[in-house]
Amino acid sequence: MTDLTELTVADALSKLKEKEISPVELTQAYIQKLDNNKKYNAFVTLVAEQALKNAYIAEQNYLNKVNRPLEGIPVGIKDLFCTKGIKTTACSHILDGFIPQYESTVTQNLLDDGALFLGKLNMDEFAMGGSNETSYYGPVVNPWSKDKPLVAGGSSGGSAAAVAAKMCAAATASDTGGSIREPAAFCGVTGIKPTYGRCSRYGIIAFASSLDQAGPICKDVTDCAILLNSMAGYDPKDSTSSKRDVPDFSSFIGQDIKGLKIGIPEEYRPEGLNPEVASCWDKAIQILKECGAEIVHINLPHTKYALPTYYVIAPAEASSNLARYDGIRYGLRVEGNNLDNLYINTRTAGFGAEVKRRILIGTYVLSAGYYDAYYLKAQKVRRLIKNDFDNAFQNCDVILTPTSPVEPFAIGDTKMLENPINMYLNDVFTVSVNLAGLPAMSLPIGLSQNGLPLGMQLIGRAFDEGTIFKTAYQLERGANFVRI
Amino acid sequence: MAVDNETVKKIALLAKLRVDNEKLDDTKSEFNKILNWVEELGEVNTDNIEPLSSVNDEALTLRKDIVTAGHISLDILKNAPEQEFGYFVVPKVVE
Repeated sequence: MTDLTELTVADALSKLKEKEISPVELTQAYIQKLDNNKKYNAFVTLVAEQALKNAYIAEQNYLNKVNRPLEGIPVGIKDLFCTKGIKTTACSHILDGFIPQYESTVTQNLLDDGALFLGKLNMDEFAMGGSNETSYYGPVVNPWSKDKPLVAGGSSGGSAAAVAAKMCAAATASDTGGSIREPAAFCGVTGIKPTYGRCSRYGIIAFASSLDQAGPICKDVTDCAILLNSMAGYDPKDSTSSKRDVPDFSSFIGQDIKGLKIGIPEEYRPEGLNPEVASCWDKAIQILKECGAEIVHINLPHTKYALPTYYVIAPAEASSNLARYDGIRYGLRVEGNNLDNLYINTRTAGFGAEVKRRILIGTYVLSAGYYDAYYLKAQKVRRLIKNDFDNAFQNCDVILTPTSPVEPFAIGDTKMLENPINMYLNDVFTVSVNLAGLPAMSLPIGLSQNGLPLGMQLIGRAFDEGTIFKTAYQLERGANFVRI
Repeated sequence: MAVDNETVKKIALLAKLRVDNEKLDDTKSEFNKILNWVEELGEVNTDNIEPLSSVNDEALTLRKDIVTAGHISLDILKNAPEQEFGYFVVPKVVE
């Protein structure tokens, strides 16, 4: 028998409907894979028994012809999403033993559509990191690693690695500055961060509320459309979620892109850009040209200020959001001789180094006397970055860039660890999109000389994920990337 | 604007974190590296530019001021590391 974990969500759904396979067989196949692939450290909590129980229910639903859109599809959930009755820690020591008493809206949407959860996925602590090395539970190992263990990217490293290693059919992830797209690129899988407001943030542990957005990581573009259909939608519990209609993203799959204008931003090809990344970009441009798209050169002049802007705004919001971890209401508690010392002891023991670094920076830029110089200034530059995109989209329909300037690097890479800014620079192509609130997808296009995946990013207008989906599908067909 | 050890201590106190004395110099130097880097923003002319606090262009909706999820205090207390008589327990704050 063929390995059922090879199937995409789209293929599995059609075989389930035809009764060629059963949800129980499919779930068992993934549980087997989970067992075989523990070395990747992709999951931090498993609920295999519960998944199997739900697979039996899914089987009944198929028999009774009351199957829902994702009936019986085994998915993994990033540990940032609150899941009722299933431990949720954001991979932080400070949330030790936290068991949510409610379900996040995104995961509830997936449950309502019949998906079943295999467990919770590893991630950088509170989604702060680009290599999954800040997780309290240790780094995820990239399934593409050869002689030495490589990072899976971050912060959704567990989501990307688990999908790549076929430990789940698809995964939820979240993206504040590239946390869906960078790990997807590093692991040779596909992920989309939709427009800010598409998915409800209710029940997703907050990092930087004006930038955080949920999205799926999947085996391919078609699966991303299927998953996002379920995850997206207005939610009264999140006042920033959008009331705009959610189109059927699957309907864009297969549409032709003749005459579509693809913007190529000059600022994303700085001198010294890794030549392999540049040639992969050229390959993607060539594929889109052959599909009849028109290539347009555009400018995003404030690109070089996106990272510094992000590293003021994101820590500022994080320092405020993470004030809630007090040792009293949930998670870790380290006693002190008075209330203040209880707070200080708990937070000092509970947060990791990167999280503390960002809380300190965030507290500083919001403190009296510095607010205008840093925070207000960053918010003004943020507007200029958004204006850049508004102007660029006057002349093009979608923008094509690399996802990351580097290929996956080694776990414990000294250059990345000696100066936090070196790690931050890996987000150079992804953060602008979060600042402007736009949708963007990463998909694998080719391999580096080291045989490691390289991803490209498609950026769309706000609420125009559709154009991303149709472009990405054609690009995927042309690139013919072979997943592991 | 470079920060000194005293400022790092003050900021840590505001954030309810402790930076041990032996880590103070490292923390300060990291802090200054990051601040120097973000100070690049000073090059950008932002005269007459409105700050952007949210990309959301839809008006935020206000819900009716009614209880929608009451009587869940027991659920809320379930994750408390210490609780008694239906309350969170904190160290004594009044002498």
